[in-house]
Amino acid sequence: MSKIVALTQWIDDRFPLTSNWKAHLSEYYAPKNFNFWYYFGALAMLVLVIQILSGIFLTMHYKPDAAHAFGSVEYIMRDVSWGWLVRYIHSTGASMFFIVVYLHMMRALLYGSFRKPRELIWIFGMLIYLCLMAEAFFGYLLPWGQMSYWGAQVIVNLFSAVPFVGEDLSIWIRGDYVVSDATLNRFFAFHVIAVPLVLLGLVAAHIIALHEVGSNNPDGIEIKKKKDPKTGIPLDGIPFHPYYTVKDLVGVVVFLMVFTIIIFFMPDVGGYFLEYNNFIPADPLKTPPHIAPVWYFTPYYAMLRAVPALLGSQFAGVVVMGAGVMVFFLLPWLDRGKVKSIRYRGPKYKFALGVFVVSFVVLGWLGVQPTDFLGKFPGSQLELATLLARVFTVLYFAFFVLMPWYTANDKEKPEPDRVTG
Amino acid sequence: MRIVERLVTLALLAPAAVLAAGGHFVPDTAPIDNHDVASLQRGARNFFSYCLNCHSAQYMRYIRLMDLGLTEQQIKDNLMPADAKVGEPMTVAMRSKDAKEWFGGQPPDLSVIARSRGADWLYTYLRTYYRDESRPTGWNNLAYPNVGMPHVLWQLQGQQELEAAKEGGAGEHHGAHAEPKLILTQAGTLTPKQYDAFVADLVNYLVYMGEPARTNRVQIGILTLIFLGVLFVFAYLLKKEYWKDVH
Repeated sequence: MSKIVALTQWIDDRFPLTSNWKAHLSEYYAPKNFNFWYYFGALAMLVLVIQILSGIFLTMHYKPDAAHAFGSVEYIMRDVSWGWLVRYIHSTGASMFFIVVYLHMMRALLYGSFRKPRELIWIFGMLIYLCLMAEAFFGYLLPWGQMSYWGAQVIVNLFSAVPFVGEDLSIWIRGDYVVSDATLNRFFAFHVIAVPLVLLGLVAAHIIALHEVGSNNPDGIEIKKKKDPKTGIPLDGIPFHPYYTVKDLVGVVVFLMVFTIIIFFMPDVGGYFLEYNNFIPADPLKTPPHIAPVWYFTPYYAMLRAVPALLGSQFAGVVVMGAGVMVFFLLPWLDRGKVKSIRYRGPKYKFALGVFVVSFVVLGWLGVQPTDFLGKFPGSQLELATLLARVFTVLYFAFFVLMPWYTANDKEKPEPDRVTG
Repeated sequence: MRIVERLVTLALLAPAAVLAAGGHFVPDTAPIDNHDVASLQRGARNFFSYCLNCHSAQYMRYIRLMDLGLTEQQIKDNLMPADAKVGEPMTVAMRSKDAKEWFGGQPPDLSVIARSRGADWLYTYLRTYYRDESRPTGWNNLAYPNVGMPHVLWQLQGQQELEAAKEGGAGEHHGAHAEPKLILTQAGTLTPKQYDAFVADLVNYLVYMGEPARTNRVQIGILTLIFLGVLFVFAYLLKKEYWKDVH
C-alpha cells in the first residue's frame, strides 16, 4: 500500500494528478437532486468514446475512394471479423449521439442551464452541436450510397445559393463540379481527423467551464449560495465521485440496453438510422425521386423547403435554416426571467416551450416526407405540408424572438432556498 | 417529476409514433423464415440457376454459403462456375456495354438488393409480371412499371395478363381504386402455389445474402441483453448502497 502512496506522491510532485482528481471528481460538488434529464451529459461523453473507438476500427478497413467506398463498407459487413458489429455500432451511435444531445439541450431549456453564470458552457455546447452536425454530414457521404451522394449534393448546393461567390464556393468545397472522388476524399479527412480534433477540444472546454461555475439542477438555484460554514462545502452538494459515477453507471447500462436492442434487432430502425436507398451505390446520373436527410437534420430541412424562393434564389431558405440553428446561441441573453427552472416559471414560458417542442417535432416529421404527401391546401396551389412547415417555422422562431417579452412579465413562483429533491 | 416535465418527456417520445406512417404501393408479405436452412438452400439454387447469369453479387463470396450448411465440396460441385475459385466473389461475365445494348442498362448487382428493396417488394415484384406487347421485351410489371428485365421465370410461372386489358377495361372494377388484377392465361411448369414457394425461397436467400451476419446477430443480441440485465442489477444495488447516506 505504501508503495502506491509513494508512487502517487512521485507523480504528484511532477503532475497535478491528485489535485485534478479532487477538483473534477472526488471533490467536485454536484447538486444532490439531479433527475432523469441529467444522465444525458455523461451519455453524450459515452457515445463520443464509442464513436471514436468504433471509427478507428472502421478506418482500418474502409477505402475513401469513389470506386471502392461502397464495396469496402460491404467488405466490412461481410468479410471483416465482427466488422458488421463495428459498423452497426458506428451507424447507430451517430443517431444516438443526436438523440442524447437533443435531450441534453432540452434539459437546459427546462431548467435554465444556459442562464448566467453558465453562458459560456452553453456557447461551447452549441459549438459542439455545430461540430456534431458537420461530423455527421461528412461521415454520411462515406458509405457512398445514393442517399450519401445526393444528400451531400443538396447540402453543398446550398452554398451555391450565396450571392455572387456561391458557385465558386460550392466548387471549392467539392473540389469538383459535382460530388466526386475528390469530395469523398476530403470529407473523409474532415470526418476522421479535422472535426473530431475540434470536437474533443470543445468538449474539454465545455467541462472545464462547467466545473468552474458548478452544475445547475432541476430547481435552478445556486447550491454555492448555501455552504457549510466549517467546511465550505455546499449544503446541497455531493461529491461527483462516487455518488454520480455510480448513478451514471446505472444510466449507462440502461442506455447500452437500448443501444444493444437497436444494433442487434433493428439496426436500420425502419430506414431512419440506415436509409434503404443508401444500399444502392451512388450514381451521379440517377437522381432519386425523394431525397431526405437522416432524421436528425429534418427539422432544418423542413425550414429550408418552407421558405419560398426570393428573386429566383433559394438563399433566403438557406439563411432561415442557418438561423434556425444559430439562434440557440442567443438564448442566455434573450431570457429575462427571474427564475431558471420550469418548476417556478410562469405559464407564458411553459406555453412557449411547449409550442417550441411541438414545432421542432412537427418540422422533423415534415422534413422526412415529400412536400406533396398531404396534398394541396383546399382551393389553392399551395401544398398543405409546405403551409404547415411555414406555420411551424414561424412558431419555432417566435419562441426565441418573443422571449425577452414573455419572460419579462411572466407570473413566476418564488424559488426555494434549498433544493427540493 | 412535475407535470410539465412529464408532458415534455412524453412529447419527446411522440416522434417515434408519428414516424411510423407513409407508403403508397402495398406489396404482399413475403412468407419467409431466415432460420429455414432448407428454404435458404433451395433459394440459393434458384438464385444460381436463374439470376447469377446476368446479375452479379460481387460483395458475396461463394465460400460464405457454408453458412447455409453446405460443404465446400457441395458449393464447388453444385453452385459455382467451373473456372471460379471458392474464395472469389460472385461476378458475371456479361460486359456492361453488352448489357446496355440488350436491356437498356446493366442489371443491378444483387448483393444488397433485399436491403434497398425489402423482402416484400421483391416477393411481389417477381410474381406480378404480365404480358404487355407495347414493351420491347413483351413484359411489364405491377410492382415495377416499365421494368427493363423480361420475365425470366415465365416458363415456371406461365403467362399472366392484366384483367382489365382482357375484359376490355369495364365492369369488373370496384370503383376507381380497385387494384389491377392479374390472371394466369397460360400455365407454367409450376402450379401457382409451387411458384409462390419458389419465389419465397429465392427472396429468403436474397435477404440472407443482403446481410449474412443477420442469422447470428439476433442470438448475440439476446446474450448481450442478458449480460447487461445482470450488470444492471449490480449497478443498481451499488448505486442504492452509496446513496443511502444522501438525504
